[in-house]
Formats: sequence, C-alpha cells, structure tokens
Amino acid sequence: MGANEIELEDLQRQRKAQKFNLWLGLIGMFMMFAALSSGFIVYTASGVDKGIKTILPQAFIYSTLVIVASSLTLHFAVKAAQLNQLAKQKMLLIITIVLGIVFFILQVQSWGILTEQGVYFINNNASQSFIYIFTGLHLAHIVAGLLVLIRAYFGATKPIAQDRNVFRMDLAAIFWHFLDLLWIYIYVFLLLNQ
Amino acid sequence: MSSTVLSHDAAHHDAHGHHHETFLTKYIFSQDHKMIAKQFLITGIIMAVFAMILSLLFRIQLAWPDKDFPILEVFLGKWAEGGRIKPDFFLSLVTIHGTMMVFFVLTAGLSGTFSNLLIPYQIGARDMASPLMNMLSYWFFFIACVIMIASFFIESGPASPGWTIYPPLSAVPTAISGSGLGMTMWLASMTLFIISQVLGGVNYISTVLNMRTKGMDLWKMPLTIWSFFLTAIVGLLSFPVLVSAVVLLIFDRSAGTSFYLSDLVVQGQILPNEGGSPILFQHLFWFLGHPEVYIVVMPALGLTSEVISTNSRKPIFGYHAMVYSLVGITVLSFIVWGHHMFVTGMNPFLGGVFMITTLIIAVPSAVKSFNYMATLWRGNIRFTPAMMFAIGMVSFFISGGLTGLFLGNAALDINLHDTYFVVAHFHLVMGSASIFGMLCGVYHWYPKMFGRMMNEKLGYFHFWLTFIGAYLVFFPMHFMGIDGVPRRYYSFTEFAFMEKWVSVNILVTWAAIIAGVGQLAFLVNFFGSIFRGKKATQNPWNSNTLEWTTPVEHIHGNWPGEIPTVYRWPYDYSKPGHNEDFIPQTVPFSQTMSSNMPHDFEGNEEAIRIQEQWNKENNRVEG
Repeated sequence: MGANEIELEDLQRQRKAQKFNLWLGLIGMFMMFAALSSGFIVYTASGVDKGIKTILPQAFIYSTLVIVASSLTLHFAVKAAQLNQLAKQKMLLIITIVLGIVFFILQVQSWGILTEQGVYFINNNASQSFIYIFTGLHLAHIVAGLLVLIRAYFGATKPIAQDRNVFRMDLAAIFWHFLDLLWIYIYVFLLLNQ
Repeated sequence: MSSTVLSHDAAHHDAHGHHHETFLTKYIFSQDHKMIAKQFLITGIIMAVFAMILSLLFRIQLAWPDKDFPILEVFLGKWAEGGRIKPDFFLSLVTIHGTMMVFFVLTAGLSGTFSNLLIPYQIGARDMASPLMNMLSYWFFFIACVIMIASFFIESGPASPGWTIYPPLSAVPTAISGSGLGMTMWLASMTLFIISQVLGGVNYISTVLNMRTKGMDLWKMPLTIWSFFLTAIVGLLSFPVLVSAVVLLIFDRSAGTSFYLSDLVVQGQILPNEGGSPILFQHLFWFLGHPEVYIVVMPALGLTSEVISTNSRKPIFGYHAMVYSLVGITVLSFIVWGHHMFVTGMNPFLGGVFMITTLIIAVPSAVKSFNYMATLWRGNIRFTPAMMFAIGMVSFFISGGLTGLFLGNAALDINLHDTYFVVAHFHLVMGSASIFGMLCGVYHWYPKMFGRMMNEKLGYFHFWLTFIGAYLVFFPMHFMGIDGVPRRYYSFTEFAFMEKWVSVNILVTWAAIIAGVGQLAFLVNFFGSIFRGKKATQNPWNSNTLEWTTPVEHIHGNWPGEIPTVYRWPYDYSKPGHNEDFIPQTVPFSQTMSSNMPHDFEGNEEAIRIQEQWNKENNRVEG
C-alpha cells in the first residue's frame, strides 16, 4: 500500500469518526431537552394551578414553516455541492442562512407576544417560564447552527477542495436538520401540554 | 511489517510524523493523545492535593472542635479568625472537597487521563477521532479548575451548599456567604467542566467504535477499553441533564424565576418566589449524580481488571461476564437515582421500585468482585505496586459495596440518610476504590507515559500508608453513622449524644493526616521518576495489549509504519503449551501452533483442520 493510499484511508476513517462525533453530540443535546421535558412534566404535575394555561402565539406556526423551508433549501444546497455546482450551492446556503435568521426573529417576536398575553418569564407558575427556557435554549443552538452554515458558506467561496466542501456541507446539514426536528419536537410537546 | 515494532524503528518516520512542533504545540496546546493524557493526569494530581488539603482542614475542625490553631489564621486569614475555622468556611471546604474529588480528580483526572492514553494505544489507532476536540476538552477542564480555585480568593468565599448544590441554599444568593459569588463561580466552572466532559466523551465513544485496527473486534478489546467506552456513554447521556438543571438554577439565582424556589424567608425578608420545587432539582441532579458515581468507578474497574490479569499471569476470569456486568451497571445506573431521595417524601411505592433497581446493582458488582478473586486464585502473582493498588481497589469495592445494600434499603435509609454511614459508604466504594484504581493505573502505565519506571520501594510505602490510612479514616465512620451522627455538621459537640465521638474523630483525623503526608511519597516518586527513574523497556510487565508494541520514545501517530494487526484477545497469559507466559495480541495463531485451542478459531474450519493436522504431526494432545 502506498503512502497516499494509507493517508486516504486514514482520512476517510477520520471523517467517518467525525461525523459519528456529531451524531453523538446530537444525542447529548437531545438528552438536555429530554431532561427539560421531564422536568416540565414533573413540575406541571405538582399542582392544578401549574401548566401552560395560555394559547401559544401564532408566530410559532410561521417559525415552524420557516425552519422547515430552511431545511429544504439546505438539502438542495447539499445536492448542489455534491454535483459541484458552486454558485447554486452558495445561493441556496444564503437563502438557508436568511431563513435561519428569520426564524430567530420570529421566535424573539413570539416572546413579545407571550408577554403581551401576560405570560412572563419571571412567573410563579414556572410551567410558563419553561416555554422561554425551551425556546431560548433552542435559539442558542440555532445561533451555533448559523455559525456552522456561515462557515460552510465561506468554505464554498474560498473555495476549499471539493471533497472537504461536501463533507462540511454534510455535517452542517445533519446539524441543521436536527435543529429543525428539535424545534418541531418542542413545539408539539408544548402544544400537547397547552 | 513485522507485528511487533522495535523501538529503533522509531527513526523511520512515516507519513504521519511530519509536524513541526514548537514548545507551544508540543507541551501546551498539544493535540496528541499521549500529551493530553499527561496534562489531564498532572492537573488531576494537583487538584487531588488541593482537595486533600481541604479535607485535612475540616478534619482538624472535627477532631478538635474547641481548640484554636493560630497557624490556620496565618494561611486562611479571616476564614479562621483566632485560629478556628468559621462555620461558613467549613461548609465551603466540604463542598469544594467533594466537587474537586468527584469531578476534577476522579472524573477528569481518572477517565480523562486513561481514556486518552489507552484508547488509541490499546485499540491500535494513531490518535483520537478528533484531536482538536480532545485538546479543547482538556483546556475547558483546565479553565474550570482555575475558576474553582479562584473562588478561594474572593471576599465571600467559595460555594458552600455541598457538592450536590441543592436549592434553596444554592439558588438564593443572599442565603449564606458562599451562596453569592462563590456559587456563581462554581456554576461557571461546572458548566465548562461539562463541556469538557461531553467533548471528551464523544471522542472516546467515536474512537472506540470507528478507529480500531484490523482484527480488533469488540470482543478482542481489553476490559479497560470496554470500561472507558461505557463510562463515556454514561457521561454523554447524563451530563447534559445537569446542564438543564444548572440552567434553571442560574435563572432562579439571577433572573428571579421560581423553578426551585417557594415560600422562603431569608434574613427576615419574604422572597417573592412562589410555586417552585426544590425536589425537581434533586431529580434532575441525581439523574446525573448517580450515573456520575459509576463514571467515577467504572474506569477504575477497567484498569484493575487489566492489571490484575497481567500480574496474576492468568487470563481474566469470565471476560464476557466482566463486560456484561459493566453493561449492566451502565444501564442500571440510570434507573436508581431515586435512592438518594428516599426521605424527600417520595411515594413509598416509587421508593420500593428504586430500592429494587438499586439492590439489583449488587449483582453485576458481585460478579466483578468474584471474577477478580477467581483471577487471582492460584495465579502466579507478581506484587508490583500497581498490583497492590489493584487488589486494594477490590478490597474497597467490596467493603464499601456491602454497605450499599443497607443504604439502598428504603426503610433503613430513613435512619442512615445523611449520617456518617453514607460518608463511610461512598468514600470506600467510590472514593478510595477509584483513587486506588487511578493510582494502580499510574504505577502500571507510568513507563508508557514517561518512558521510565517508578521507584518500587516508595510505591509499597505509599500503598501501605494509604491503604491502612483509608480504612482507619472511613471505617469508624460506619459506627458514628449508625449512632446517628449527621454529616456536614460543624459543631457536632453541641449535641450531648455525639460528644463521645470526639475521640474517634481524633483517631480519624490523625489517620487522615498521616495518610495525607504519605502522599508525599507518591509525589516525590511521580515527579522525581520523570527525570531520574530507571529507563523503561518496551514491555516491562510482559503484557499482551497493543500499547506495549509501540516504541518507548513517543512518536506522533504511535506506531512507525503500519499499525499492527490484532489476532487474539488480550488475556492469553500462561497459555499451556506456549514457551512464554504471555502472547501479545499481535501474534498470529500460526506462530503459536503448540498452544492453540479449538475455540481460538471461532469456528473457522480451515484453521481447525490445519491445527488438527499439525497436532497429529507433532503428537500434541490438546488439554
């Protein structure tokens, strides 16, 4: 086996491992939100005066649509990267990033709507505070996701080697789709407890 | 490429060796697993010394509650005015001692060191899956340590609600002086620590699953790797839960939410918080906290399995049972957290469920204990210092584990909860056992880490002082606990029924001081041998595992040339028919025709046929 082949094999193995790392990280993040969910359930069950006791803002529906759309555009961006269509990939990435930012704004706006409804973060019914915790922690992850997308974008503009570009896009897509699913989980969870 | 790599091959660099290393990239911001392991170990040792000094300070208070020690004021200033430790500071000492020992020493120092060192070495990988994450893992840990120590240098003192940081003491900044900035720093430090652990843990799991060399299937992995692997899984699943708990706690502290707080009056003022539940925190905390004690002890179990087998010159007894019992402990660790909360007003039925799951842990633990003893049984034992510590670990694991049966019983726990019985139990079963596992690892793998041997005489001296000292410190506490002496009490002599325990406390404190001073033998040995120890040979313990096929001199990528292939499990010690009492994993069966057994071939008919033919030609009768 030549030195190049060994290196290539090592590289492939390392990439596989790194992708696997990401999956494990997602499990960790999921555990965090699972803990919050069970905390919410335990807390809400502690008294009849607990619980969400409000209608969740409509903005959540819009933000859900936006983040699902962003997942779609990112999916096509990955496709474009695989086909080596750099311009298309960059454009779709920008759309994804913009949609991500719109999602962020919508979420923050929905906090405003919630406070108008009298649902405050500082609240003796902490079930309502939990809404802010769920959405806030998710938004913190969205910020991380946006950074990953921006990095992928700069990788495409530089441009870096095609295989690295595809690998980067792969990782970014897994993370972003996860955040999408995570939001849907949170939203459904909150709706079921509404 | 021959399967055993000789050290002079190190000169032949391969494609992985070309890195221009400066002092900064080699010793400080290193991404090499071997260097990171040493960083974890040395930081861990420093933290252990620090935490030990804290424990000696509060032991002094417990033994001589009415005496003044002016020297204390010299070092501690207003925290020991008039030479006597203040109650608030006493609580800080207990808290930070626990935090540092559990998290910084026995989690990062133990699994950080040995997972980093041994995972790539023993599975045959050039490095971790992500060396960068690995480096970050260490530096997050380092900053966490710095912040925790820095909390001793602030006006209001370090955190003081105990290592379990139960609210409301941890959630109301005005509660006691340690609840203020000190608690904030504790939370900051622990947040960084959790990031470090998750980064590290993800890497360990991924490396074990993806980076194994040719032939190294899961059932050929040494038990060390199994234990690190399962430990990392436990960590990955439980640490994020602590993040959630801490996030809610931070908002309770700083933003005024009421997740954990309700109906409180602090210094004559009624707090506005209503409706929170401190029990919620306990649930979230112990969902991490209980698995955490297995994070602490499982690597120790793995290390001692390896050391005991190597130094008994016998295969580990019940390899599969050892693995399955580790898996059993891993699974069970997540469904027993309620046994810490029996007296929180828990529904007795739920208490019964937690009691049953807790007592079931005795099964895999007993399997391990018996397997250790069966491995030692009629072995050709070499009592190296590492072996002494390994046997000591088994001793603590048994003597401390037995009291777990009492504490795990929901009815008995009403009496024993929060007494010194608990302190005795966990200091033996996870404290001393894990420390001994860690020390056993240090003595055994020191030649691999530093290329030199540690001094054996100092090692034995260190062992006996620590072993006897630990039992003298923790064993009497059982009796105090049964008598009802509560833990974390500053001036227990205020209660008449506890006064008689002062004499025992004096014994305990003296034992702690002597054992503490005995650690100097270790420190001198450890740091001295780095420079002056006897040069190590490539495989000083005649061990089978892969790390001993690497050159003594550390090189980037571990093996010059190709990574060796693995043919057999790691425990072929004293195999009948072989001319040596060990067969490294890299030796193919074709080179050991005189000792092969039919089950070695795992049903490979061609291999069995060749072996049978060879047996016939050489008149060999399989035993």
